Amino acid sequence: MTGTTASANPGDLRAFFVKRVRWKPLELAFWAVWVVLFFVPGSNLVLLSQILIWGLFALSLDLLLGYRGIPSLGHAAFFGIGAYTAGFLGKYGWTEPISGLLIAGLLAGLTGLATGRIVRGLHGIGLLIVTLGLNLILFDFVHRSTHITGGDDGLQGITIAPVLGLFRFDMVGRTAYLYTLVVVFVCFLAVRALVTSPFGLALLGARENTRRMVMLGTPVERDVTQAFGISACIAGIAGALLTQTTQFASPEVLAFTRSADVLVMLVIGGAAVLYGGFVGAAVFMLLRDTLSAFNPIYWYFWIGLLLVLIVAVFRKGMLPTLGGWLARMRGGVQ
Amino acid sequence: MASLLTVLFNGLAYGVLLFIISVGLAVTMGMMQFVNLAQVSFSMLGGYVMVTAMDRLGLPFLASLPLAFIVVAAFSVLLERLVLRHFYGTDDLTQVLLTLGLVFMSISTVAYIWGPSFRPVNMPPWLSGQASVAGLMLERYRIFLLVAGAIIAAVLVFGLERTRLGAMVRACVDNRRAAAGSGMNTGAIFAWTFALGGGLAGLGGALSANLLSLDPNFPLRYLVYVLIVVSVGGLGNILGSLLAALLIGVADVVGKYYVPEAGGVIIYVLTVAIMMWRPQGLLGRAQP
Repeated sequence: MTGTTASANPGDLRAFFVKRVRWKPLELAFWAVWVVLFFVPGSNLVLLSQILIWGLFALSLDLLLGYRGIPSLGHAAFFGIGAYTAGFLGKYGWTEPISGLLIAGLLAGLTGLATGRIVRGLHGIGLLIVTLGLNLILFDFVHRSTHITGGDDGLQGITIAPVLGLFRFDMVGRTAYLYTLVVVFVCFLAVRALVTSPFGLALLGARENTRRMVMLGTPVERDVTQAFGISACIAGIAGALLTQTTQFASPEVLAFTRSADVLVMLVIGGAAVLYGGFVGAAVFMLLRDTLSAFNPIYWYFWIGLLLVLIVAVFRKGMLPTLGGWLARMRGGVQ
Repeated sequence: MASLLTVLFNGLAYGVLLFIISVGLAVTMGMMQFVNLAQVSFSMLGGYVMVTAMDRLGLPFLASLPLAFIVVAAFSVLLERLVLRHFYGTDDLTQVLLTLGLVFMSISTVAYIWGPSFRPVNMPPWLSGQASVAGLMLERYRIFLLVAGAIIAAVLVFGLERTRLGAMVRACVDNRRAAAGSGMNTGAIFAWTFALGGGLAGLGGALSANLLSLDPNFPLRYLVYVLIVVSVGGLGNILGSLLAALLIGVADVVGKYYVPEAGGVIIYVLTVAIMMWRPQGLLGRAQP
């Protein structure tokens, strides 16, 4: 942390935040790659959209886990709320996609606020169990309410109107990809602004030393509730994106294994670096795509092995480890 | 009335299985603060060892149970010495992810060795069918389970309260540093406890193979139940685990029998409510 540079001098403080907000060339390159991929002939746009959506979902968890240090084993619940909200809206006549996204995000966010209020006093295994339990309750409800949700068959007959009334969702997924990319980028900007702001610093501080933050007069518990709400809102938007681009929602989107998958993605990529979720999602989805084509039953073995190796060797995930190597190489040159 | 008693009885038998599978985890978690999700994989391994022993080696059911215990105990202590012990003292999430990775690996490995489909168990005739007890027709196998569970719980409680190893285990749970400071080899005690807990999980898996259906997805299906039992019961507490396992078992079976449309929601709501009321578990001590 460079927290010491933020001294009482207002000019220094301003410089500190300006430095935090500034874009690095690698960040610009990251987003440029997604735009270039769209024009590469023969690129699998459906898979790429899925990676972006999962990346956004992992980013929402990162806000909670990476920046606030709160693990949630039930994050698929919010993803699922978003996915089903968008599905119901599309099924019962509200076909405009962007307002659908906002409504889905709002509902998921409100649920997140309530969840945050419930779990904010819990730690460790108790927190894991309660978030997991809430996820399971929701899954069971959706799974069993066949007359409302279609149960195992999923929600069918979802229609989504063209984006802005102009761009129809096509079969190859070109519109879906661009729509996803724009929404994900906008959400990313919001999260980036949030974590570089004083609120983001307060979250980091509470992660590092809760007791000290309390003594500084920071409302630690309220921040947990807010972080939960914002994180859930973004997870809900990611879920809604999935429903809108695939025009289908099944109970699988909020299964417990989804919560585990998204956690795995985030840890593979690296927590608290903003891009970790996207990198992890890309690695996870590409691995799954390759390995399950090769052998559908055994691909989880490799994900398991990757997880063990990440935890055992890299500890922090791929991005921070690579970043560390880069920094060391540069240091060696100087 | 008779049907209520039968359902209660089935719930208790289910609870006993949950207890045997999760008690080892409860003790090791209380002792080393180590969250070992791979406990459910140990159970699955126990089930497969038993099935293999019966089908391939022709061992009788009762003889293959101790075999499952021993093989899984040896396997778990091997895993503890080689991998897990390096992760004592890391945070909860690291341990959850590490052992979740091991669970994923175990599922694929078991599917590779024993095949992905469901494995039936051939029960001996004296454990099949029903018996009449006090006017109730009860399944013989579940009676056997209740008796076995009662014996295991009694041996564990007696062993923990009255034996030297038990005293050392309690000392480690209470204060690991003080225990090490007074000359105990805490590493060895951990390893023994881990072997015992792993062996019990294996035995639980072997006992449950008949009722809970054995296939490579067993760990993911029962992982949640084991976690619930451990956290509701309170870490490091054998009686707490027993109480929680019986409670969850009965609530699950009774709920699914009388309110089938509610499904699993009853125990999840129960769990969340108990954890909100007592975050340290029913019989657990409050964390400082």
